[in-house]
Amino acid sequence: MRQLMVRDAIKEAIKSEMRRDPRVFLLGEDIIDPWGGSWKTMEGCYTEFGPERVRETPISEEAIVGAAVGAALCGMRPVAEIMFSDFTTRAMDQIVNQAAKFRYMTGGQASVPLVIRTAHGAGRAAAAQHSQSPEAWFVHTPGLKVVAPATPYDAKGLLLASIRDQDPVIFLEHKMNFTTEGPVPEEDYVVPLGKADVKRQGKDLTIVAHSRQVLRALEAAEQVAKEDGIEAEVVDPRTLFPLDVRTIVDSVKKTNRVVLVTEEVQRGSFAEHVASKIMEKCFYDLDGPIIFVAAKNTPIPFAPVMENFVIPDVPDIVAGIRQAMKA
Amino acid sequence: MIQQDGGGAVTTARTHAAPLIGSERDRLLWMYKTMQRIRLFDDRIVRLFNSGRITGALHSYVGEEAVAVGVCANLRPDDYLVSTHRGHGHMLAKGADMDRMMAELFAKETGYCQGKGGSMHIVDMSLGILGSNGIVGAGIPIASGAGTAIKIRGTDQVVSCHFGDGASNTGAFHEGINLAATWGLPVVFVIENNLYAQFTPQRMHTKVVDLAVRGQAYDIPAVSVDGNDVLAVSEAAGEAFARARSGKGPSILECKTFRWFGHAINNPGSNLGRDQAEIDAWKLKDPIPRFAKVLVDRGIATEAELEGLKRVVEEELEHSIAFAEASPSPKPEDALRHVYSELPEGCEL
Repeated sequence: MRQLMVRDAIKEAIKSEMRRDPRVFLLGEDIIDPWGGSWKTMEGCYTEFGPERVRETPISEEAIVGAAVGAALCGMRPVAEIMFSDFTTRAMDQIVNQAAKFRYMTGGQASVPLVIRTAHGAGRAAAAQHSQSPEAWFVHTPGLKVVAPATPYDAKGLLLASIRDQDPVIFLEHKMNFTTEGPVPEEDYVVPLGKADVKRQGKDLTIVAHSRQVLRALEAAEQVAKEDGIEAEVVDPRTLFPLDVRTIVDSVKKTNRVVLVTEEVQRGSFAEHVASKIMEKCFYDLDGPIIFVAAKNTPIPFAPVMENFVIPDVPDIVAGIRQAMKA
Repeated sequence: MIQQDGGGAVTTARTHAAPLIGSERDRLLWMYKTMQRIRLFDDRIVRLFNSGRITGALHSYVGEEAVAVGVCANLRPDDYLVSTHRGHGHMLAKGADMDRMMAELFAKETGYCQGKGGSMHIVDMSLGILGSNGIVGAGIPIASGAGTAIKIRGTDQVVSCHFGDGASNTGAFHEGINLAATWGLPVVFVIENNLYAQFTPQRMHTKVVDLAVRGQAYDIPAVSVDGNDVLAVSEAAGEAFARARSGKGPSILECKTFRWFGHAINNPGSNLGRDQAEIDAWKLKDPIPRFAKVLVDRGIATEAELEGLKRVVEEELEHSIAFAEASPSPKPEDALRHVYSELPEGCEL
């Protein structure tokens, strides 16, 4: 099958959906050609669809998301880009108080079908305000759906599902993952929201990871298979909410051991939410404590040696697997 | 997939929207009657709250009726309106059904939001009302988004975006109006300047006196009018909407007015610090008798005819209270509905 990078899979999803559905439009900072967005995910969109449907905005994140909310309430399907997920703080009222709650507050009269695409994650020495993984802020907010693809295939299928969804979706793209390649079908397909994917089968323990850490978890799983004869199962929830608890629990019931990998600071993270679900649903299936391989509870530092220390990498995950197997 | 929805757009059976066709007299009498609908409704809810029959955070529009009515006299049913926490007046002026409004304040299942919104989130999406809003200023960028939708579709609809002097100091004001000005969106930003941001008088929160001067910063037309003169509001709003409909972009319309009650009915301290002489002076500028005098002086209606319109509104109000009281309460577990439009099978909230 054809290989595409994540950013090209995203671009393909955006363009094909804009051709299919005249309600879809884009807004964000530096998204028109020749820039095509800071992450090059919208190259050519302005040239193909023009200034009405590809709208260059001022540096006004509250207005970007607010305008997306207003347009969505009027029946459009806006796809907004917030360049870095750190900048969603500037739009938090519109995300949390407006987009997320409108349907509820109006007793189901309103729908807010919008997508906010935003780049999260560390690894570029971009320091504390351009490197966060704020998944938990959004998972914590009833009314939002939260999506975090790891592969080009999932990025395209999940983005198409997100744009077609009736509810507001926060779509997290890892900034170290835009050039990751993988097979992507040319045809239209959706990866349904709320459906996890077992990225690697294994009988000895379950790793739950999302976004870029899925790829690192897979690497770590190959290493322990070779070096220790441990067969780890890697579960990628793909959507953090709605969360496919059943697939995670089925895996834990099979393996009885759990490692949770996340680039978020551990305290109050999505990964801790996964742990709480495992405790609720299959505590008696566990042979040992849940092991966390998470970012340290600090802001992201600039110096690469410190950044690497704070963020989980393959050796950290390998160590977590070995620790889990000791119990 | 599980449908979390079950709500859907409300259809308002009886319309109270501004007449699109008909004589100038019809339009003027609609304005008078609608001002009375707002006055009597928001006057009554104070008493309903004080007697413990309704609860929640309630913000009275009494004294400001000429603003909502003068503006909405220029709107079509397919135009959009963005409201605020002080939103009852906008709802009624855009044509909302009093029964369903009152039922929402009574926290009943038959309310506009099925009891999920209350006063600050009361809305009728079928009338193009894109939210009352509990967050001051938040509606401004939302209005620009509605204007964006109109511009992409290429229709001649407009958006009427209402907010107060307090909201004019939020970042959302700047971001939302700058966006509308830059993109040439069909939005009229109506600053309902009632001189107080919650408890704080304007002179303590803003250096400029006429908030319309801020239009210069966005290079868009902006005027200040007497917000207690419904005809002045209507005329100025008409000019602004005509510009918006013809693709000439947004405007600011500052309407200087005054709220008779404190910030919130449920907050007994919210009238503290206001000078009784100031309140009394504004009551002398009551927009309703002022407009009634114009109607009578110009021979458009007799006092008896105006009294008759008021009686019709009184009956509508009594009916709404009876309707609300007779309506069932929502079930506690209805709180779990309407969070999402749909969720996968077996997914927990």
